[in-house]
Amino acid sequence: MKAKNSPVRFRIGKNGFFKGVVIAFAFSCVIPLLFILAYIIKAGITKINWNFLVNVPKPVGESGGGIANALLGSIIIIAVAAVIAIPIGILGGIYLSENRKSKLAYWARLSIDILQGVPSIVIGIVAYFWLVKPFGGFSSVSGSIALAIMMLPIVVRSTEETLKLLPDTLREAGFALGMPFHRVVLKVIVPCGISGILSGVMLSIARIAGETAPLLFTAFGNPYLSTSLTKPMQSLPLLIFNYATSPYNDWHDLAWGASCILLIFVLVLNIFTKIITRKWKVQL
Amino acid sequence: MKTFENEAVIARGDSSRVITGSNTGKLKKTNREKHSNRQIWTESVFRRLLFIMGVLMVVLVLGIMFTLIVQSVPSIKALGAGFLWGKVWDPVRDIYGAFPFLLGTLLTSFLALAISIPFSFAVGIFLGEYYPKGWLPDLLKNTVELIAAVPSVIYGFWGLAVLVPIVRSFESGIGEPPIGVGIFTSSLILSIMIIPYAASLGRSMIQMVPSHLKEAAYSLGATRWEVIKSVILPYVKSGLFAGVLLSLGRALGETMAVTMVIGNTSGIPKSIFAPGNTMASVIANEFTEADRTVYLSALIELGLVLFLVTVVINMIGKKIISRFTND
Repeated sequence: MKAKNSPVRFRIGKNGFFKGVVIAFAFSCVIPLLFILAYIIKAGITKINWNFLVNVPKPVGESGGGIANALLGSIIIIAVAAVIAIPIGILGGIYLSENRKSKLAYWARLSIDILQGVPSIVIGIVAYFWLVKPFGGFSSVSGSIALAIMMLPIVVRSTEETLKLLPDTLREAGFALGMPFHRVVLKVIVPCGISGILSGVMLSIARIAGETAPLLFTAFGNPYLSTSLTKPMQSLPLLIFNYATSPYNDWHDLAWGASCILLIFVLVLNIFTKIITRKWKVQL
Repeated sequence: MKTFENEAVIARGDSSRVITGSNTGKLKKTNREKHSNRQIWTESVFRRLLFIMGVLMVVLVLGIMFTLIVQSVPSIKALGAGFLWGKVWDPVRDIYGAFPFLLGTLLTSFLALAISIPFSFAVGIFLGEYYPKGWLPDLLKNTVELIAAVPSVIYGFWGLAVLVPIVRSFESGIGEPPIGVGIFTSSLILSIMIIPYAASLGRSMIQMVPSHLKEAAYSLGATRWEVIKSVILPYVKSGLFAGVLLSLGRALGETMAVTMVIGNTSGIPKSIFAPGNTMASVIANEFTEADRTVYLSALIELGLVLFLVTVVINMIGKKIISRFTND
């Protein structure tokens, strides 16, 4: 009796053992993330105060100072990138969803796939040769364009995927009323898919907000407050990179504070996107 | 396209009918005609605009490739194919060999993959098979996806402040020189960063396994683990492989986190605990310092190699996924 049962018991034991292993491994993934979040917020939150937000960094040796230049720089660079990438991305997505079988759409889709996988540092190199070298100097707008190139695939993809899910009857109803193509698209199709498009846009902004590599050779960084699009400009990730790798403790403090702000911004944007995608039942 | 031409004709026909009306009708006609003409004009502009966007996307990628190729021509001419196998990188003496960086990139990426695969597969199996629904799996799924959202520069900073001292004491414990920064530390950081890619793909693939296959195995008396091992995993093999490829593509191109913790030395790393450099990190470090044409061009050639490798890997991954989902 016992000899007959033991293989079964062994298999059941093995089943339980592996279930335990899978659960343990799956949940241990979360530990480093929680650890990082806790550490960054603990190290950063104490550095953030009003002076930190409105001052520019002080020279080495003087304590205090803030990251106003990086905050403003990040906002400007991201805003310009968004202004460039969002219309192009949405129109590109509309093109792909309206022309599913044309040859150009096939190649455009392939290009978007490729673009999505291009390492960010390569985008930085290319932006340097397109926009920095010909115009004779680092500029924030070149950084914005580099980031816009990185945003593009996400916006295009989410627009295309969202619009593809809309029933054809919507479109046909529009045409049946005698609406011209552009009005059907802009007044019927896009409003119906706006939630998916918006969440794609927010996701893409969250993604580029933390990008450093494309800005290294384009926006370059600037220790002073600058609002000029044609001059070098500081941004949060650049500041974190430069100050984190510097040997000065005061600068490390600035970098911790900046990391905390950047991390909270990116996470809030991500979580917010998740919530609205769930609420509006969008599939991304 | 044809339907819209018809529509235009109808619109015109409509307005010509109004002409037969009274004086006020005439006024109406010109307004209407103007209106519909404007609509037709806007429509063709809109269509052309969409078409231009499609062209733009193709041109963008071709332009990136073209720029990289053109800018690396000086280095290809001066250094030839030996560039990739040259073991010394010494810009001061004008010697450029990319082998240390190729090795660094491959070592960090594959080490990171080896560390992360058990975790990402476990997440995939857990969410795809054990508990596909409920608040806890949802929480796990969203948290794992957040791992991909944290900016890489923050991973780098955290690695520098927290992981490097830990690795340093670990290294002195096993008798390696306690440097802290190096290939091993970068692999650890990378392995955390790439978990979500294989995990989320694995999850969706495992959920697509047809239930009749699983039920057949259960009816034969298989335990759950046996079903996973001999039905589910063989079925989604190619999908999991695609997830690993996407993770690999991400690891190869990752720049900032690696640059901050790898140590940035251009020699061939002697062990996995030694400092080194990857292709991406050497570009990030030396691009703005490169003062000679060949030096700069050599860095861009590294970028070109990186670009081509990641493109090929991503394309293979996407191909496998689309074949899998179409079946």
